[in-house]
Amino acid sequence: MEQNSQAVIAAKNLNLVFETNDGSVHALKDVDLTINKGEFVSFIGPSGCGKTTFLRVIADLEQPTGGSISVNGMTPHEAREARAYGYVFQASGLYPWRTIAGNIKLPLEIMGYSKEEQDKRVQQVLELVELDSFGNKYPWQLSGGMQQRASIARALSFDADILLMDEPFGALDEIVRDHLNEQLLALWARTEKTIGFVTHSIPEAVYLSTKIVVMSPRPGRIADVIESTLPKERPLDIRDSKEFLEIAARVRDGLRAGHLDD
Amino acid sequence: MKNLISVLTVVFAIIIIWYGAAYMMNKQWTLDQAERAGTTVTASEVFKDTMAQERPQLPAPHQVLTEIWKTTVEKKITSKRSLIYHGGITLSSTALGFLMGSLLGITLAISIVHSRAMDLSVMPWIIASQTIPILAIAPMIIVVLNAVGISGLIPKAMISMYLSFFPVAVGMVKGLRAPDTMQLDLMKTYRASPWQTLVKLRLPSSMPYLFTSLKIAMAASLVGAIIGELPTGAVAGLGARLLAGSYYGQTIQIWSALISAAVLAAVLVMLIGAIQNITLKRMGMLR
Repeated sequence: MEQNSQAVIAAKNLNLVFETNDGSVHALKDVDLTINKGEFVSFIGPSGCGKTTFLRVIADLEQPTGGSISVNGMTPHEAREARAYGYVFQASGLYPWRTIAGNIKLPLEIMGYSKEEQDKRVQQVLELVELDSFGNKYPWQLSGGMQQRASIARALSFDADILLMDEPFGALDEIVRDHLNEQLLALWARTEKTIGFVTHSIPEAVYLSTKIVVMSPRPGRIADVIESTLPKERPLDIRDSKEFLEIAARVRDGLRAGHLDD
Repeated sequence: MKNLISVLTVVFAIIIIWYGAAYMMNKQWTLDQAERAGTTVTASEVFKDTMAQERPQLPAPHQVLTEIWKTTVEKKITSKRSLIYHGGITLSSTALGFLMGSLLGITLAISIVHSRAMDLSVMPWIIASQTIPILAIAPMIIVVLNAVGISGLIPKAMISMYLSFFPVAVGMVKGLRAPDTMQLDLMKTYRASPWQTLVKLRLPSSMPYLFTSLKIAMAASLVGAIIGELPTGAVAGLGARLLAGSYYGQTIQIWSALISAAVLAAVLVMLIGAIQNITLKRMGMLR
């Protein structure tokens, strides 16, 4: 894959081997992938397929053992130092001793924004995730879905143009999940960020993504990359359309092929 | 209410056992006295006497309470016989030692968490320090500090510090390591400095551990303060009362000093418990 000027993340021949007490685990094998600016890319696959590991490599939280990867044209380390991305984990990880606004301020305080700038940005991202009136509440006063929205707001607050999300809605029920997926698409459309999104759910991956990366385990590798043909405007009922079901079927095939190797 | 009943039941049981033990232990003296005087005593007379001896083997609870009442409420605070005066002296070195010990413990814990070398090299010494009997070290601390011209409150507080820094150091090491990988990764994605991670994440997360350690440290400080008063010639403080009492066989005085020390410890620990409750509730960690 050629790296063009629009490539935000470019992995070439990327390998990562964990040395454990039971021998080495090949978490990522020969991963080639380019993510362009403004894309919404989902990583889907069974556990152990390396989807989270790949996201962590992008974020400089894991070090690859072979191949190359660039983030915004830099090494992942430089990109992290430049605060190039916001990361959302499966758990919201909000501090119970801070209000929602206080939690969103956390990265801003660390990055040394002025007081006025902090307040301004907190207000902006709270509106973005539709939590404007909850700034003064404490995390325990919010539902699980709202807490996760707050953690997304926290990741957006310092305006990095990449958003990495590791199964952010994995712990939420389906109804809340649908709602958040819809909101996330709207948010993506408004902010034009490049999003890397790890998920277990086929409908979620197909509904959200412009590109779906199907991965398979042992060793963790890319089984298929599907460019979505769905329009950018996606109401929830698009999931009943023929096109949607076709893409979902292709994802399922990719997942099944990965499993046949076992 | 249910709590109160169970607490009172236990207290009641202890008092009954205490009275029984007082009767058993003091009986012999009464019988010996009677024999020496060549008189016979009835069982009820024996019982009465065991409850009112001047220097009983084990004073009865009401004797101790009367003594405490006499030496607190009925004595001026400035009197050398006032338990409040002595308690105050013990309290001041307990408090100072507790403060120094807690600060030392927290400082050690912070350096241990941030440096693997400190973890490997200092931790064994911290543990070794507590295996040395404090009774053996206390006189040395007093003498050595006296030789360099430091006497009075500081040496006693040093002994309290020696005992109280340990639970704080161990508890805070655990507390500062309480944030999980995800929390630490999140700080890493913000490129937070170790100092920012400490102040914004590690220290707040360690609060439940801190308060638990502080309770133990407070009790240890009081023990340290009392031990520190023994080799100073037992001039003042609850420890001095204990030692003077044992010199002159004043068991009632020993027990009243002992009970006062226990009450003091309980009050101090409860005070920390109250602060813990308020703090953790406000931090949303207690719900």
